[in-house]
Amino acid sequence: MKKTNIVLTGVGGQGVITAASILGKAAVNAGFNVFVSEVHGMAQRGGSVNCTVRIGDVSGPLVPNGSADIILSTEPIEALRYIHYSNKRTKIITDISPVIPFTVATGEEKYPDIKIVFKELKKYGTLFKIDAVNHAKDAGALITKNIVMLGALAGSGALPFKSDILLKTILENVPTKFKNVNKKAFELGLKSIKK
Amino acid sequence: MEDKPGKKILLLGNEAITRGAIEAGIDVATAYPGTPSSEIADTFSHIAKYFTKQKKEPPFYFEYSTNEKVALEIAGAASISGLRSLTCMKHVGLNVASDTLMTYLYIGTKGGHIIVSADDPSCHSSQNEQDNRYYALFSGAPMLEPSTPWEAKEMTKTGFDISEELKSPILLRTTTRLNHTRGTIELKKIQKPKKKGYFEKNPFWITTPEIAKVRHPELLKMLKNAEIISEKSPFNKIIKIGKTSDWGIVTSGVAFNYIKEAAEDLNLNVKILKLGMTHPLPNKMCSEFIKSCKNIIVVEELEPILENQFKTIAYDIGLTIKIYGKGTEHFSRLYEYNLDIVTEAFSKIFKVKNPIIKPNISNVKLPRRSPALCPGCPHRATYYAAKKAQPKGVIYPTDIGCYTLGREKPLEMADLLLCMGSNAGTAGGLAIATDDKVISFMGDSTFFHSGISPIINAVHHNHDIVVTILDNRTTAMTGHQPHPGTDFDGMGRPAKKILVEDVIKGCGVENIEIVDPNDIKTTTKAYKNALAFKGTSAVISKSPCILLENRNKRKRGEKIKIYQIDQEKCQQCKTCIGRFGCPAIYYEEDGSINIDAQQCNGCGNCATVCPFEAIYIKEEV
Ligand code: SF4
Ligand code: SF4
Repeated sequence: MKKTNIVLTGVGGQGVITAASILGKAAVNAGFNVFVSEVHGMAQRGGSVNCTVRIGDVSGPLVPNGSADIILSTEPIEALRYIHYSNKRTKIITDISPVIPFTVATGEEKYPDIKIVFKELKKYGTLFKIDAVNHAKDAGALITKNIVMLGALAGSGALPFKSDILLKTILENVPTKFKNVNKKAFELGLKSIKK
Repeated sequence: MEDKPGKKILLLGNEAITRGAIEAGIDVATAYPGTPSSEIADTFSHIAKYFTKQKKEPPFYFEYSTNEKVALEIAGAASISGLRSLTCMKHVGLNVASDTLMTYLYIGTKGGHIIVSADDPSCHSSQNEQDNRYYALFSGAPMLEPSTPWEAKEMTKTGFDISEELKSPILLRTTTRLNHTRGTIELKKIQKPKKKGYFEKNPFWITTPEIAKVRHPELLKMLKNAEIISEKSPFNKIIKIGKTSDWGIVTSGVAFNYIKEAAEDLNLNVKILKLGMTHPLPNKMCSEFIKSCKNIIVVEELEPILENQFKTIAYDIGLTIKIYGKGTEHFSRLYEYNLDIVTEAFSKIFKVKNPIIKPNISNVKLPRRSPALCPGCPHRATYYAAKKAQPKGVIYPTDIGCYTLGREKPLEMADLLLCMGSNAGTAGGLAIATDDKVISFMGDSTFFHSGISPIINAVHHNHDIVVTILDNRTTAMTGHQPHPGTDFDGMGRPAKKILVEDVIKGCGVENIEIVDPNDIKTTTKAYKNALAFKGTSAVISKSPCILLENRNKRKRGEKIKIYQIDQEKCQQCKTCIGRFGCPAIYYEEDGSINIDAQQCNGCGNCATVCPFEAIYIKEEV
């Protein structure tokens, strides 16, 4: 009866949907039953994005409130926006670089103090902060930020299958010439959470 | 297109539908893109393009038709000629195609024809959340409703057989949560398509009043036969949870998934009547089910369609059984359901504790993050110029597409929106009703879809309006599909490109301004001219979607310019950020204004609008 509920959040264009779909494929490769829910259409134009992946004995893709084992976010306030999925045991893994919404850019609204955001996240679960932007740059391409986050997810030990399977699935899903960059990004993510 | 029976793979609900059609030997597929249905068509398109690229003939014919009605007519005629066909669209698309649908059911078809309606409970990306199951009842179309991607594929496949057996097109009704869920499916053998059909001439295909009169009873007869299929269909089944019980739950579509899990989590003893073929209902099976229960709960998203039919069936068999659902206000007619909603309702009905914990709520106020026009989007430049031409006293009817996002601050260039193609029609009404100037906006794909006839109406009646066609050479919002204004089609073949300006001229518009919006000065002047003209004028604003343009530039090995603000020259006038509003421009903590190099798409328009020439090219990447 084991279920693993993963919530992936971030900003449209950060590869959240791709990460969710790769994670789902990896779960299938590992022999699990899996559902992934995605967002398409208007939300992709820089909006807030949230996908869910459920692995194991589940019959649909939506994660109930307070039932996330992991919240994986490519942007700090986006982790907080979906905090209703968390419970005390939830692992919250987030990138540390804010992406400023345009309502903030135009001065209509304020981006909260990042320290307060992290403090708040700590209240609701176990927080892991990942400098995914820099790891992705080190790997050789900023767009691998989502892969760094997947590496961190694998490193957190919360997945019901081995990290090798996830890495293998990632490499199956990227063009040959980007395999090395993605491998490096994954490994940097994996290490970043372990230390 | 893998032909590996037995292999299990993860597919999006929409991809699973395409796969099902391919396994069934589909010959003709047509669509007008629309979220949440787009990936069904896009998958057909990708496969066809793959063949075209290798100079092979694709196994099926596919097109992005100009609109849903045309799509239904193309595939309908192919199906009448004996070929297996599929047409997909979003729920509101079926409104456009409904004229065709209503009479198509009278004459029926030969080759299997599946019409996919992708409904959008919660209006994730739509202007309403209408329940298209009513179209099945309305038109008489038999209907299937899958709960998972696995079922979506199987139902699509079986649907062709049902359609052929009944000689009727059938509806496959899906919802966003199914369309955009990835789940495991099992590949099965791919059947060979027929390739060529045969149209057998027969007066019955011509729906004159006397034919219609004799066809209507045939439609009712078909529904009787459909009911026999429904009674035997493996998609209609009873699933027991826990011990034997006289509590019955009736459901269809994705709601089933929540029920199963909620019932298990709450340790309920119930039997679920899971209906996959929901029109016509298996009357006998439903009657038996009602008789075997003391209490029934109907769980369906949106309208009480099953619920009302079950109440009717119970009445017909003389039972006054308690039916919980929307009538008892345990379930809502609004929005999509989830496990929380269903668990909460069940815990009330069964008087058990809801195990789902109260959600954590943070007190930190978060800024909204709504979607916005992309940095460098040419629509922003058009809007800026139109506003500059006359900043006040103008109403802006808009339409369906990326440009609707122009409603946001600081542009606020969208005032009225009904549906696809409504901008010029509503513009005419506003011109008659008010003293304001009216500038309307629509994209090129919308123009070809249903934007042309309102322009003809405006010209003929001399409505004093300015109609803008944002001609960015693609259907950007739904994933950059081609349309009649592109020089290639959905199968990746060269296609005749139809110019918006040629059509506009043909519509009789006398004052036509053709501009490149990135030349903001000229565009502003064009709007001034258009506003001064008494009667209908058109501004055709031509510039490709920057996402597509930059992708093509990269493919060609060209570089993209990234802009920067010279802090010495910047006078903090805020024109670039507060009036033009490119989302790549932001305030630094110290209040200075800067450009995020990661987000800048290099259109250079902020440099044009800056009155102090403070913005310059930083680098080319
Ligand atoms: S996708 Fe293209 S048309 Fe749509 S907002 Fe972005 S740049 Fe503009
Ligand atoms: S050049 Fe200026 S307006 Fe264009 S995308 Fe970059 S920052 Fe935005």
